[in-house]
Amino acid sequence: MTVTPLGIPRRLLEFTLDGEPVRAPEGSTILDACRAAGKDVPTLCEGDTLTPKNACRVCVVEVEGARTLVPACSRKAEAGMEVRTGTERARHSRKVVLELLASSVDLSTTPRVAEWLKEYEAKPDRFGPDAARLNEEPRVDNDLYVRDYGKCILCYKCVDACGDQWQNTFAISVAGRGFDARIAVEHDAPLTDSACVYCGNCIEVCPTGALSFKSEFDMREAGTWDESRQTRTTTVCAYCGVGCNLTLHVQDNEIVKVTSPHDNPVTHGNLCIKGRFGYQHVQNRD
Amino acid sequence: MDLRFGDSKPTDEERAAVDALLGPPESSWEGADRSDADLRWARGGRAARDRRDLLLPGLHALNDRVGWISEGGLDYLCRRLTVPPSEAYGVATFYAMFSVRPRPATVLHVCTDLACAAAGAPKLCEAAEARLGPGSGVKVERAPCLGLCERAPAALVIRAGESARPAFEDEVRSGPKGGPGAQLPGNGIEKGRRGRRTAVCAPATPDTAVQAATTPENAPEEPAAALAVPQAPDPRLLLLGRVGTVDPAGLDDYRAHGGYTALRRAFALGPAGVIREVTDSGLLGRGGAAFPTGRKWQATASQPDHPHYLVCNADESEPGTFKDRVLMEGDPYALVEAMTVAAYATGARHGYLYLRGEYPRALVRMEHAITQARARGLLGDDILGQGFSFDVEIRRGAGAYICGEETALFNSIEGFRGEPRSKPPFPVEKGLFGKPTVANNVETLVNVLPILTLGAQAYAAIGTGASTGPKLFCVSGSVARPGIYELPFGATLGELLTLAGVRDGLRAVLLGGAAGGFVRPDELDIPLTFEGTREAGTTLGSGVVMAFDDTVPLPRLLLRIAEFFRDESCGQCVPCRVGTVRQEEALHRIAARTGADAAADITLLREVGRAMRDASICGLGQTAWNAVESAIDRLGAYE
Repeated sequence: MTVTPLGIPRRLLEFTLDGEPVRAPEGSTILDACRAAGKDVPTLCEGDTLTPKNACRVCVVEVEGARTLVPACSRKAEAGMEVRTGTERARHSRKVVLELLASSVDLSTTPRVAEWLKEYEAKPDRFGPDAARLNEEPRVDNDLYVRDYGKCILCYKCVDACGDQWQNTFAISVAGRGFDARIAVEHDAPLTDSACVYCGNCIEVCPTGALSFKSEFDMREAGTWDESRQTRTTTVCAYCGVGCNLTLHVQDNEIVKVTSPHDNPVTHGNLCIKGRFGYQHVQNRD
Repeated sequence: MDLRFGDSKPTDEERAAVDALLGPPESSWEGADRSDADLRWARGGRAARDRRDLLLPGLHALNDRVGWISEGGLDYLCRRLTVPPSEAYGVATFYAMFSVRPRPATVLHVCTDLACAAAGAPKLCEAAEARLGPGSGVKVERAPCLGLCERAPAALVIRAGESARPAFEDEVRSGPKGGPGAQLPGNGIEKGRRGRRTAVCAPATPDTAVQAATTPENAPEEPAAALAVPQAPDPRLLLLGRVGTVDPAGLDDYRAHGGYTALRRAFALGPAGVIREVTDSGLLGRGGAAFPTGRKWQATASQPDHPHYLVCNADESEPGTFKDRVLMEGDPYALVEAMTVAAYATGARHGYLYLRGEYPRALVRMEHAITQARARGLLGDDILGQGFSFDVEIRRGAGAYICGEETALFNSIEGFRGEPRSKPPFPVEKGLFGKPTVANNVETLVNVLPILTLGAQAYAAIGTGASTGPKLFCVSGSVARPGIYELPFGATLGELLTLAGVRDGLRAVLLGGAAGGFVRPDELDIPLTFEGTREAGTTLGSGVVMAFDDTVPLPRLLLRIAEFFRDESCGQCVPCRVGTVRQEEALHRIAARTGADAAADITLLREVGRAMRDASICGLGQTAWNAVESAIDRLGAYE
């Protein structure tokens, strides 16, 4: 029997969203309300299983009376608030943020970003050919996953997932400052010299593909990665008695990566090294 | 938490430096040799992790001793504090004064910021670099504003080494009568090594800078703090009255000059009475945001959650600002007293003084003042027999402008990267260690003393209706008498500049520092009040008034401001992290262009600037474009 936790009944707050009166449960964010109302506010650093970090600032909206724009992902809805999501001011900031990111980071594997760039008429190349980029080479230092920090938007999600929000391993952190800030293990060492336990929960939350399975990375390099030919099958991990859900991504009858459903009430998309990476025995037919 | 430490071992020196701060390790869980007892139970957990806030002092201890932070040293510190090495590495690499790569024990920080750049810092820096090559044992680093603008160009020498007690103690031993270098502390000499020393060299020439860097123990003594106050000695001044007349080391002298009358009055009024006085006085925060202090205190005092904390923000890093340094160096007990009053009013029993890492003399003087006050029962339990307990702890910054932002400062004290938090919740509700916290600038706190001694009405009569009281202005640049000036709010910019002896050929005045804005020489009638500057479309900020004549090319100043923000952005949010880089790139491109050639880049700057102002998390990103915008719009730069 599945038990769905209902929680404490929450009061509904009334406020205005783009001129329309809306009601949202107390404690929910502006973003929750936007999504409930069917509004598409772009997000990058927001994660459904993590506390909002509001670092990317692509979800900013205008709130009546606020001096600056506010991040929809983390600002809680308040009664009587007047929120506008599509003003010229909010759209301008989103556009510039997308331009700043796209001009410095490789967003080629970031879902939906191409669509947003088009929607906001962002022109990342207007900063000129000499605009500084991250210029990081992919780090392939273990057999399980690759860290390609040229694709990193510094959303802090991997750090939060590795740290106190989920895994409590604290293998990675943000090091350096400003434009030179990077995700790194201590002393910027290879992953194999760190506290990493290879649970892959950082890959699960990475919004840009900066962290990816070695199998996916190799197939992309070889040009054989094709999501249209992949199937996704959700099953139960066979290793231990916890019973975590696995979603097997299969291409040409081979498992190419493993994710986990974020709405699982026990694991919230988190796995351990066995569930995440220990699938070779399935396809080892010798 | 499952911590993993590398195989690197600390050197004896590094171990000693950390143990001097934290005491010897009690078990192998903390890095001692393993004993039988260690195998029977694990020590650690919450109690060990509660010491996370000692991470920054620990990093200082390592850096003070050996000049950089090695893998072994960092791992040992992490083991002692139960901090994941990756996080400690992230913290160590956040601060400009730390290095995780080997470097010589002596570092010469040469200020290349606005006032110093106008006074010839680039040449000084080149000359110092040329003479202090790889074999010299000195590393030359270009620094943002060192807060010595009245004596530009400035340089600061920091030599790592053994010292008797935490850093800078040596200066207390030798000064003020003995002169620096009279006595080196500890047994550093016996071991053939030299102790930790700092030397401030301002105004610096290549000769004096190189000499101070090679033999900091023989560097001439820094001139008295009062020399930074052209009006001093003048007992009529409310904030600077004691600077130059009182002995900064003497508590009795401070009391003889009216010290601790405000605290007695505070005890007579009671906490609510003090808050009422401060509210009635109309005191606005002097750190730059001009928030009503009374309201902040009231909001903190009324929080049911406990403990309450008091934080004094002395991380004065806005380029061109040096008022807090002069106050702390010239009249340190005033700040101790003011912090005690603030704590009494807001119900805090523990206060932190977050002091800028680049202020060696202010640190010595404040440490001394706090020790003296504690010894005399003016800090600690049962202050003046009133049953009120309060103590102050100094935390040293390590080179990060962003840590002047209050929530970044809290993170820094707590041992995390100094990244601002998103507000709400505001500090009065959830601040330091997640508890209600009142955070005030040094100058704001010092203003509380005349409020209590004069009474709110008399204080509010000074200045204008909306900006009450006296204000300190940091005047530097193209003036004959640079320094700190105390004027009642309402004096005009022109009056202040005349007082400071502005030189001919004035081209522009920068108000409020790098986060402020430029005004034209024909706008000198702007009243120096919060409302007056706001009406004029500029800002008072922290009280910086920097005059530039026509010998300094404006594009180069703007480029320096842009570099400053690029260097100091913490990197948390995209608009600021990338926006400050794009701003600098665009200013580089148009450095030698005007008119139509620059138009496209100016449009770009405006668009990026607008997004930084609207969408950045904190004030750094929100103001990073202010000065450049004002130079384009008001001064007609690039026309």
